[in-house]
Amino acid sequence: MATVAVPQLSGYHRPAVLDWIMTVDHKRLGILYLYFTLFFFAVGGILALLVRTQLAVADNSFVGNDAYNQIFTMHASAMLFLFIIPVWAGFGNYLVPLQIGAADMAFPRINALSFWMLPPAGILMFAGFIVDGGAADGGWTAYSPLAQQTGVGMDMWIIAVIVLGMSSTIGAANFLVTMFRMRAPGMTMFRMPIFCWTMLVTALLQLLATPVLAAALVMLFIDRNYGGQFFDPNGGGNVVLWQNVFWFYSHPAVYIMILPGMGIVSEILPVFSRKPLFGYKAFVFATIGIGGLGFSVWAHHMFTTGSVLLPFFGFMTFMIGVPTGVKIFNWLGTLWGGSISFPTPMLFAIGFVSMFLIGGINGTYSAAVPVDFALHDTYFVVAHIHYVLFGGSVFAVFGGLYYWFPKIWGRQLNERLGKLHFVLMFVGFNVAFFPMHMLGLDGMPRRIAVYADSAGWEALNMLSTGGAFLIAVSMIPFLIAVVMAFMRPKDQPDDPWEANTLEWATTSPPPDYNFDSLPPVRSERPLFDARHGDEAH
Amino acid sequence: MAAHGTAERQGMTNSMLGFILFLASEVMFFGGLFAAYFIARADAPAWPPPLTPEQIAEGVHLELEVLLPAISTGILVLSSVTMQYAVWQIQKGNQGGMLWGLFISLALGIVFLAAQLYDYTQLHFRADDTIYGTTFYTLTGFHGAHVAGGALFIAVVTVRALGGQFTAENHEAVEASSMYWHFVDVVWIALFTVLYIIK
Repeated sequence: MATVAVPQLSGYHRPAVLDWIMTVDHKRLGILYLYFTLFFFAVGGILALLVRTQLAVADNSFVGNDAYNQIFTMHASAMLFLFIIPVWAGFGNYLVPLQIGAADMAFPRINALSFWMLPPAGILMFAGFIVDGGAADGGWTAYSPLAQQTGVGMDMWIIAVIVLGMSSTIGAANFLVTMFRMRAPGMTMFRMPIFCWTMLVTALLQLLATPVLAAALVMLFIDRNYGGQFFDPNGGGNVVLWQNVFWFYSHPAVYIMILPGMGIVSEILPVFSRKPLFGYKAFVFATIGIGGLGFSVWAHHMFTTGSVLLPFFGFMTFMIGVPTGVKIFNWLGTLWGGSISFPTPMLFAIGFVSMFLIGGINGTYSAAVPVDFALHDTYFVVAHIHYVLFGGSVFAVFGGLYYWFPKIWGRQLNERLGKLHFVLMFVGFNVAFFPMHMLGLDGMPRRIAVYADSAGWEALNMLSTGGAFLIAVSMIPFLIAVVMAFMRPKDQPDDPWEANTLEWATTSPPPDYNFDSLPPVRSERPLFDARHGDEAH
Repeated sequence: MAAHGTAERQGMTNSMLGFILFLASEVMFFGGLFAAYFIARADAPAWPPPLTPEQIAEGVHLELEVLLPAISTGILVLSSVTMQYAVWQIQKGNQGGMLWGLFISLALGIVFLAAQLYDYTQLHFRADDTIYGTTFYTLTGFHGAHVAGGALFIAVVTVRALGGQFTAENHEAVEASSMYWHFVDVVWIALFTVLYIIK
C-alpha cells in the first residue's frame, strides 16, 4: 500500500517519551489512563493497608487520629476519583473506537486534554500531605461543617476534584459524540457492543451530574475562603444543602463507577460461554433504566437527616434494584447451557457477578428506611460499598485487563499466575469485607481510628485486616505475570479468544489507524458472523 | 478502506454536537447553583434574611435596585438579537452584515459587564453578609464570568471574520458562539427574575 512509504519520507524521529507525551492516539491515551489509574490503585491500596493496620487491634496507636482521618479520606479519594472513574475512561478510550469500527475518538486533542488534566490534579490532591495541616481529612464526602474546619489541604482537594470533574465532563462529551457519529457502516445503535452501551450511559451521567459536583465544590470553596454562608446556619445557610448537592452527583457517580464494569463482564461472559449475551436489548434498557433512576435516589444517603421525603427515596431505591436484577438474569441466562471454559478473565467475570450480587442485596437491604436508620454510618455501609466497588468494579477491571491484555500489548498473561491471583484476591476480598457486615450490625461506626477493647470488635477486625493483606499479596502473581509477559515477544494473533466484537478484527496490538478493513456488521457479533459465515444464519 | 467509519454523517457536525453537549453540562452547573439558591431561600425564615445588630451598625442592608439591572437585561437581550442577526447574515453569505452583528453584540456584551461591575460598587452588602449576599455574588459572579467568556469567544470569532474565514457554507464558529451567547442570555433572564423581581 502507498501509505506504508509515507513515514520513510520523514527523516526525523521523535524520542519515544515525547511520542507518548504528545500523542493524540486513543489507544496510547487509553494505555496512559490505565498506567495512571493503576498507579493510584496501588497508592490507595497502601493507604487502605494503613487503615486496616490501625484497626487491627483495639486501642491501637499505630497512626494518630489526625493522620488516620487524612489516610481514610485520601484512600477513598484516590480509589474513587483517581482510580475507578478514570480507569473506565482508560478502557473506554482504548476500546470504544475499536469496538465501533472507528479510526479514533471524535476529538483526539480534547481526548489528550482530558488525560493530561489528571496528573496535575492527582499531584495537587496528594501534595496535601506535605502542607501545614496535612491532606484533606473530612472524608471523601467532605460534609460541612467538618469540611470547613480543616487545613489548606482541603482547598487543594477541592481544586483537584474540580479539575478531575472537568476532565471527566469533556471526556464524556467526547465519548458521546464518538458513539453517536463515528460508528462503522452497519453498526447501528442496537448492534453496538454492550461495553459501548455502558460507556454511553456512563458518559451521559458524567456529563449531567459532574457539573453539579463542580457547583457544590465551588460553594464549599467560597464558604471556606471568601466568607460564604452556603453551609453555615449562622448566616442563613444549611448544612444539609451540601449533602443534597453532593449526593446529586455522587449517587449517579456510583453508577459511573459500576456500569462500565458491567459492560466488561457482559463482553467476557458470552465469549467464554460460547453464546450470545442473553437478552441484549433487555440489558441495554436496564442500563438506561439504571442511568435514569440514578438521578432520583440520591437522598437515600440522607435518610437520617430528617429533611428528605423518606417514602419516595426509599421506594426509588428499591426500584433501581429491578434493572440491576435484570442484569443478573442476563448474565445467568448467558451462562445457562453454555459451553463454559474458565480462563482467568472468565473467573474474574464470575467473581464480579457473585460478589456484586451480594453488594446489590445488602444495598437493597439498607434501602428500607427503618433498617437504614439502624445501619447508617456503621461498618455495614462500608461492607456494602466495598462489595459493589471492589467485588464489582475492581474484579471487572482485572477481568478486563486479563481479557484485553493480548489485544493491547500483544502478549498473553500467564494463566497459572492469573488463576492464583484470582483465588488469592477472591478469598482475601471476602475475608476482608464480609466481617464488616457483622461489625456494622454490632454497631461499629465507620471512620473511627480507635475502638475500646471492651467493644468486642477486635477478632473480626483482625480477620478483616488479614484479608486486606491477602489482597495485597494477590497482586504479586499479577505483577510477576505482567513482567513475564513483557519479557516475551508480541506473539498474539488477532483474535486469541475467538471473541465477538470488532476490536478482535485487527492485529494485536492494532496499527495506528486501527483497521485495514472491517468485516461486514450484521449483528452485535460481527466476528462470530465472519468466522461462521452463512451457517450461523 | 472506505469502511473506516471516519466519514462524518449527514446533518449536524461532530463539533456542533460536542458543543451542544458542553452546553448541557453548563446548564447542569448553573442548575446546581440555582438549586442551592432555591433551597436556601425556601429554608429562610424571611427573605432577605434578618441581619445581626453588628451588620446593621456597619450599614449593611440587603436591597437591590432594579432600574440599572433592568436596563442591562434589555442590553443583553438586544445583543442576543444582534448575534442571531450575524448568524442569519452569514447564512446568506453576507460577510459585512455578519461583521456588524458581531461588533454590536461584542460592544453590548462589554457594556453589560461594565454595568454589572458598576452595580456591584453600589450595593450595601458583601458576599459574607448572610446567605443572601453569598448566593447573590456567586450566581451573578459566575454568570458574569460566563458573559466575559462569551465576549472573548465573540472577539475570537470577530477576528476570524475580519480575516474572511466564514462563508455561507462554513460558519460553525459563528453559530456556536451565538448559541453560547443565547445561553448566557437565558441564564441572566432567569437570574434577573429570581434575584430582582420575585420578592
